[in-house]
Amino acid sequence: MDETLVGTLIASTLRVSTPLILCALAGTMSERAGVIDLGLEGKMLLTAFAAAAVGATTGSLWMALAAAIALGVALSMLHGYACVSHRGDQVVMGMAITMTAVGLTVVLGIAWFKQGGQTPPLADAVRLDPWWVGLGTALTALPFIGKTLALGFTGHNAMVYLAFVLVGAVWWLLYRTRFGLRLRATGENPAMVDAAGVSVKRLRYQALAINGVLAALAGAYLVIGLNPGFIPNMTAGRGYMALAAMIFGKWHPVGALWACLLFGFLDAASIRLQGVVLPGLGEVPVQAIQALPYVMTVVLLAGFIGQSRAPKALGVPYVKER
Amino acid sequence: MSQPIELPRWIDLVALPAFNLALALLVSGFVVWAIGLDPVQVLALLVKGAFGSRAGVSYTLYYATTFVFTGLAVAVAFHGGLFNIGGEGQAMMGGLGAGLVALAFGSWPAAILLPLMVLAAMLFGTAWAAVPAALQAYRGSHIVITTIMFNFIASALVAYLLVDVLKEPGNMAPETRAFGPNAQLPGFHTMLGWFGIEWPRTPLNLSVLLAAAAATAVWLMLWRTRGGYALRATGFAPEAARYGGIAPQRQVMMAMAISGALAGLVGINEIAGVHNRLLPDFVAGAGFTGIAVSLIGRSHPLGIVLASLLFGALYQGGAELSFEIPAFSRDMVTTLQGLIVLFAGAMAMVAAPLFARLYGAWSRRVRAEAARG
Amino acid sequence: MSSAPAAVAMRRIDKKFGAVHANRAVDLTVAAGTVHGIVGENGAGKSTLMSILYGFYQADSGEIAIEGRPARIRNSSDAIARGIGMVHQHFMLVDTLSALDNVMLGAEPGWRLQAARAQVREKLDALMKDTGLQVRLDLNVEDLPVGERQRLEILKALYRGARILILDEPTAVLTPQETEQLFLTLRALRDRGTTILLITHKLKEIMALCDAVTVMRAGAVVLDCATADTSIDGLAQAMVGRKVNLGRDAHRAQPGAVLLRAQGLRWRDALGVARLDGVSISLRAGEIVGIAGVSGNGQSELLDALSGMLAPQEGTLDIAGRHFDPACWLTPAQARALRLAHVPEDRHTRGLVLPFGAWESAVLGYQSLPRYGGGAVMNQATMRADTADMMERYDVRPRNPGLRSSKFSGGNQQKLVLAREAVHEPQVLLVGQPTRGVDIGAIEFIHERLRAMRDAGGAVLVVSSELDEVLALADRVIVMNAGRIAGELPIDSCSEQALGRLMGGADHVAAH
Repeated sequence: MDETLVGTLIASTLRVSTPLILCALAGTMSERAGVIDLGLEGKMLLTAFAAAAVGATTGSLWMALAAAIALGVALSMLHGYACVSHRGDQVVMGMAITMTAVGLTVVLGIAWFKQGGQTPPLADAVRLDPWWVGLGTALTALPFIGKTLALGFTGHNAMVYLAFVLVGAVWWLLYRTRFGLRLRATGENPAMVDAAGVSVKRLRYQALAINGVLAALAGAYLVIGLNPGFIPNMTAGRGYMALAAMIFGKWHPVGALWACLLFGFLDAASIRLQGVVLPGLGEVPVQAIQALPYVMTVVLLAGFIGQSRAPKALGVPYVKER
Repeated sequence: MSQPIELPRWIDLVALPAFNLALALLVSGFVVWAIGLDPVQVLALLVKGAFGSRAGVSYTLYYATTFVFTGLAVAVAFHGGLFNIGGEGQAMMGGLGAGLVALAFGSWPAAILLPLMVLAAMLFGTAWAAVPAALQAYRGSHIVITTIMFNFIASALVAYLLVDVLKEPGNMAPETRAFGPNAQLPGFHTMLGWFGIEWPRTPLNLSVLLAAAAATAVWLMLWRTRGGYALRATGFAPEAARYGGIAPQRQVMMAMAISGALAGLVGINEIAGVHNRLLPDFVAGAGFTGIAVSLIGRSHPLGIVLASLLFGALYQGGAELSFEIPAFSRDMVTTLQGLIVLFAGAMAMVAAPLFARLYGAWSRRVRAEAARG
Repeated sequence: MSSAPAAVAMRRIDKKFGAVHANRAVDLTVAAGTVHGIVGENGAGKSTLMSILYGFYQADSGEIAIEGRPARIRNSSDAIARGIGMVHQHFMLVDTLSALDNVMLGAEPGWRLQAARAQVREKLDALMKDTGLQVRLDLNVEDLPVGERQRLEILKALYRGARILILDEPTAVLTPQETEQLFLTLRALRDRGTTILLITHKLKEIMALCDAVTVMRAGAVVLDCATADTSIDGLAQAMVGRKVNLGRDAHRAQPGAVLLRAQGLRWRDALGVARLDGVSISLRAGEIVGIAGVSGNGQSELLDALSGMLAPQEGTLDIAGRHFDPACWLTPAQARALRLAHVPEDRHTRGLVLPFGAWESAVLGYQSLPRYGGGAVMNQATMRADTADMMERYDVRPRNPGLRSSKFSGGNQQKLVLAREAVHEPQVLLVGQPTRGVDIGAIEFIHERLRAMRDAGGAVLVVSSELDEVLALADRVIVMNAGRIAGELPIDSCSEQALGRLMGGADHVAAH
């Protein structure tokens, strides 16, 4: 077994999965409260651009992050205004945000930086450093799995590790706090929550705020962790893949984590699998592997491999009865 | 997607969309100004680029043709109570269908080959829409999610076919060989040439008439046939439709089948009308433009035709503009498109009650004055 | 006689909803630690009164005193603060959460769930021991049977400190065994000092469980006494009142051949509650059959089964020589083909498509008739002409086939639906709530039309929660209770008492 291969595969998976995980967590927060969020792709794109633009002009990592988070929350609040305060269609709103984001990021990018939509490359100070490199070197000494462990798990930037921590945090928030209990109930039976004297509107806005922060982290990661700068359309459908992962994970943060890792692994492996001949199937086209997450999600939605039950009140605007 | 607020027809069909369009234009104008350009100048150049020359008008109509197809697709699904976001993928498959037929039977006479290609485009589009439709109707899978997934799957499928199976040998780019003259729809300039009229060479082709025919056919279907009646009843009031002997699952299938077929026709405009070969990304976001077109056009074929012309003009004007003003790019049009979906779609529920209140107050005053006078 | 203040004292409560006078200067006094029943038909005003007590509505005038102290109850939080709890007919529970979480939600002692759960569990264990209520706290609500869910609702109210408990038609969803169980629970609660208000129309339950009873009719209190001082007959008479009007048209029905026969219809809903529990009914030519009874006792489901909107799990249907069983039940389209027409109870969600023009609604269900064109294209001209004709014959105003269906008044909408169903000359006509929300002028018109149908040899089935209407129209009256036919009486034998007893579930009268 080639330790380097396995190690680099793990490393790629983790790096590629990080934005998926953060987005899937964002989607989970929103949808468990009953609000469909199809705007994840757009939020990720816009916040990535904001982080890159602010990072390039100020040279400060923290300013870039702050800008991204502020924008992410603002977009989610807009979503809430149209869909929670007024009975706007949640699907259409999500599409509107994404469609606007695709155009606006390039328009502003060209106007401000004149590099065909890209932002100038971010200085190292704005980018994240790899962590635990020392630990990695130490691990390499271990027999058999040392190299794999070192390559796979150490040397990533802070966001990668943060994503995993956040999975735990979101899980704890949803299942171990009062807020989480009320939020989950809101997505299933908002009338009951209302009758119990809790404000459905406020809960949904709070969920959307957290959704905005998480989506912003995903977007910021793209430019401070993965690519050194913004490229037009750099999200390339990841927002939708994160949604698929969330559904595949049955709207549970840990389930979503596994789904994201799976989809991330497929993405990381697709390049390496090119040209590989599988017994009986012949050469596997890279596009088949690229399509696999989406195919799997459809199969799951169709109920062929177990049931994926959405929160019962998902997508239905809540109107007070009396 | 029903209307819970009761507004008089003229507000619902004209005033409200005009208002939302104005809002979207206003915000876009603001963005234009924010990036240091003069909105008025931009607008003037845009109009000139879109309508100021015969070539410009032709390009505008050519773009509009594609948008009519995708707009009608979204509209038909809307009338059945469904949101079809899969237009992008269905259009791609339509092009694939037309392309496969052209590659297989490219030597047949055009009079047979071209209609066959149209049929294939529609069938492939229908098939691609039918699977999410069946999953919704019979397994309860949310059609919005499945159609989005199918967009990606279509993209991957077509990419695979273009790179590995259908690629023209010796060509660096992932595209098929040229289909040949029999698979080419006559261009507008060619058609006018038959009558001795000179016209600049543009991608505008016979499909524009096909689009007009499709819009008319959809209008007839929705408001003059039983099928359309059943579709609209299901979209407005599924329980009443069931009471009226209409099977809701069948209506879901019908709506999506027609919707997919319409989206598939994009393939005719692009593949048979312009490129004469199958190449990647010929849809280029038209499926999403169709959503904007249908929202502004209030899901009515006439509104869709007008909205398509608007967007066609924006695309063409935008292309011309980007030559004149380097800072301007087509992405401004994409932004405007998103803003239209925002105001006409998502925020529609914000404006509508305001209109209802204003209208209510105004009509009460009119009636009071009539009573006094 | 205890000198403790009354648990609930409502004085001269008055409430109007537009033209409807829901509560007319109602007085209600409930002694502490008793079970007090509130009885009445649909529209008697009992639900409104309790909603005012629970803070859903505000009375137009009158006062409320809780436990001797005057109370302003502006919303349900005020009611809960006063110690009033309500168990609704439709449970307010989240299926995917545990029973414990459902009780706790909104009143959690602290933001950390594990600690909160432990605290709540302790309190609930004590409460359950004290009252004898048993609920499995750790199961998800979706795994609990209906009776246990109801106990959970009661537990929820008690957890929030309810000393006065309002139960709205609690036995509607329970089996007889579960009902017994509930009674035991309620008696135990009463014995421990809780005051219980029971809204119901089931007279046997009142006599079995309640200490005192208030009967309401048409918004006013007509009887208020201890149950020891009255009887089922007394309650029945009070509930129904002097409705049998003499001077009804002296038509003697001559029923002809059986046009429709349904046998043994059984249907359970998603929660497992038997909505139709072995219903058999025959409709003969030349008669109007009226189904009376408080709504919610299976009348709607019966109409749905007979018209093809709902396929029962057991039972058969014979009509026009065709036989149907659950494997392949009647569909609405087939029903019309077999000349069975249906005026649905809810004209807004079923009878009409509100955004459609009147002419489009006027062909709903009949759009495929040959007269409207053979191919795909509909013959709009004929449809509009037919609609104009319908409007003329049934006096639908304004006489504009192009006007949007939603723009017509309730009465005109109903007349349009009736016209549509009647104009194709059906043999059997099913009508649900024919004059709900209809103005006086149209009511008489609609009644005349139904009688004309019967006189022409058709069979008409009228379901109405207005007993007046059933008595005015029907040749024989069937009363439904708890998904079964409680009894059937020819119109001559209908007395207030007899009907009241049947509607209140007190009797079972075998059909002739």
